[in-house]
Amino acid sequence: MTTYIIRRLFWLIPVIIVVGGITFILMHAAPGGPWDRDLSTRQVDANTQKRLNEQFGLDKPLWRQFTTYMVGDVNSKGEWQWGLIGGNLGPSYRVRGMDVQNILFQPPEDMPFWKSRFGYSLRLGFLALSLAIVIGIPLGAISALKQNSLVDYVSLFVATGGISVPNFVIAIFLIIIFASWLHFIPVVPKTWEDPRVWVLPAAVLGFGTLAYTTRLTRSSMLEVMRQDYVRTARAKGLTERSVVTIHMIKNALIPVVTILGPALAGLVTGSFIIETMFGFPGMGRAYVQAIGQRDYSMIMGTTLIYAILVALANLSVDFVYVLLDPRIRLNE
Amino acid sequence: MAVETATTPGGQIADLGKQAKSRSLMSESMQRLFRNKAAVMGMFIIAVFTFVAIFAPFISPHDPLQFNSGKDFLPPAWVEKAQNGKSGDPNFLLGTDTLGRDVLSRVIYGARVSMVVGLIPTTIILIVGTLIGMIAGYAGGRTDNYLMRLTDVIYAFPDLLFFIIVMIALRDTVLGNALNGLFLLFIALAIVNWVGVARLVRGQTLSLKQKEFIEASRSIGVKASRIMSRHLLPNTLSVLIVSAAFTIPNLIIAEAILGYLGLGLRPATDSSSFFVTSWGSLLLEGQSAINAQPWMLLAPSICIALVVMAFTFLGDGLRDALDPRMRGTQ
Repeated sequence: MTTYIIRRLFWLIPVIIVVGGITFILMHAAPGGPWDRDLSTRQVDANTQKRLNEQFGLDKPLWRQFTTYMVGDVNSKGEWQWGLIGGNLGPSYRVRGMDVQNILFQPPEDMPFWKSRFGYSLRLGFLALSLAIVIGIPLGAISALKQNSLVDYVSLFVATGGISVPNFVIAIFLIIIFASWLHFIPVVPKTWEDPRVWVLPAAVLGFGTLAYTTRLTRSSMLEVMRQDYVRTARAKGLTERSVVTIHMIKNALIPVVTILGPALAGLVTGSFIIETMFGFPGMGRAYVQAIGQRDYSMIMGTTLIYAILVALANLSVDFVYVLLDPRIRLNE
Repeated sequence: MAVETATTPGGQIADLGKQAKSRSLMSESMQRLFRNKAAVMGMFIIAVFTFVAIFAPFISPHDPLQFNSGKDFLPPAWVEKAQNGKSGDPNFLLGTDTLGRDVLSRVIYGARVSMVVGLIPTTIILIVGTLIGMIAGYAGGRTDNYLMRLTDVIYAFPDLLFFIIVMIALRDTVLGNALNGLFLLFIALAIVNWVGVARLVRGQTLSLKQKEFIEASRSIGVKASRIMSRHLLPNTLSVLIVSAAFTIPNLIIAEAILGYLGLGLRPATDSSSFFVTSWGSLLLEGQSAINAQPWMLLAPSICIALVVMAFTFLGDGLRDALDPRMRGTQ
């Protein structure tokens, strides 16, 4: 098990190198970017250009710039400076005097970490995931236990809608209904201190996961219900309640739990559209703003962080699976 | 949806079934597909949107690029008096945008991009994915190992982020300007998505390879390329069809998101171009007018939802029809 975890963690290294490499090459290929050497398209004179290049290390050969970004290098003052592996994502090209990691992870002064942009996104992601779990699992379980009942139809409706309607479309519908027409909430809240304004973005963000959880719980329950050990449990005279809670739900949740890791990663990374629509002060909106401003270092840094989050989440599935289901042995 | 009613599609197919003396696997699957009401509805919606996309110039009431001066920001025709004091004009059913362009006509033209985005990259994805998956699965050994590591790495790249990066980096190049930016979009969508198909096809090939009929063909000296095209491909076809039906809505959603970020199709300004605007771009345009003219957002959103839902229903139906054992899973 330990060797398996270590091997899987090592597999992250080539993934990060390749993702970083592709991002790096594409960002360099972009015309009009800070790396553009064609002076006629730039607004600064040759001297300033040279100074800027030295400051950002753009006068070095390409491979060196890449290793500087990924691992680190000696800076102009002769000191060693870490790159990505040391948590340094380099200076933002648009926000003067700020490093990318500061923009993303540093909370405003005297504020706790969860007030940072990443913290906001993480909280929204967790809230959305909690909604999906708290509603999705009972809904799925009940609809499996009471097939063709009203609950079953509601769950079918939720599952079909959540899976087949993209969440930004749902966001548009809800914003127009609740903000424009009914005036329940402001279209773009001025402050995010009020917990009420979190409900709508979290619900929209979590709806897809909710649908998926419901569907998965239902099909998983249906399968478990037919198992021999459930019949045995009934045969030995256990109450229906303990058969359902101890024998059925516990086993039916195994496939559901395993999707929660990637689901959270999907919620954190996939939230940029929702964050933009609701004016949410999270990492996703910073990313979209960076796209609009063509802040290349910011785009690159955020992409890498997202990629690492997704890779870690996918990794977590395998571990959780092994921990939960003793029947599965990893023989890789 | 739950109540069984005798609708015409089921009836027609039953007649067809009577005429045919022996039914092939395919026709039996089609029969199952047409009995699935959600799938039939999906096909109907897809057919309607395809028709709209092709015949957009004849259907749309106005030129989607024509500025109607003095008629900007009109609410939909049924609104008596909107917040901005203007009232609906029956000539402009869904109202007009900031420049006085007819919203309905623009939405109609937007169907073109979404339908093409569903079609072309999916074709590329299926061809590349099948080829690589089949070679990896059939050759095995080192080839398989290398190809699968490649797919693992691409799989690890969050796809939407990859589209965004490609579009940002190459948008202002020659490649990015081709077809109003659609060409680049197709390539970006195809590069990421072939991986899923390749994995599927590899899995199928691996299990088919063990079957007697493949072994028999190999033992009588049939060439590998012929085994792949004549034996492996037909047997993976049903998997391919289902995965195509599920890929299309993802691509349509991706295009809409990119359009919303201003990274999709470049909205055309001269009327000679075939692709005038996309639903994603319309969302971007409508976003600032969410209070004054919500239909600029609602109309494309409803269209996106309908098309995506239609393809999902069709995909579900195809999966159940082609492989009844899969029914109810996922």
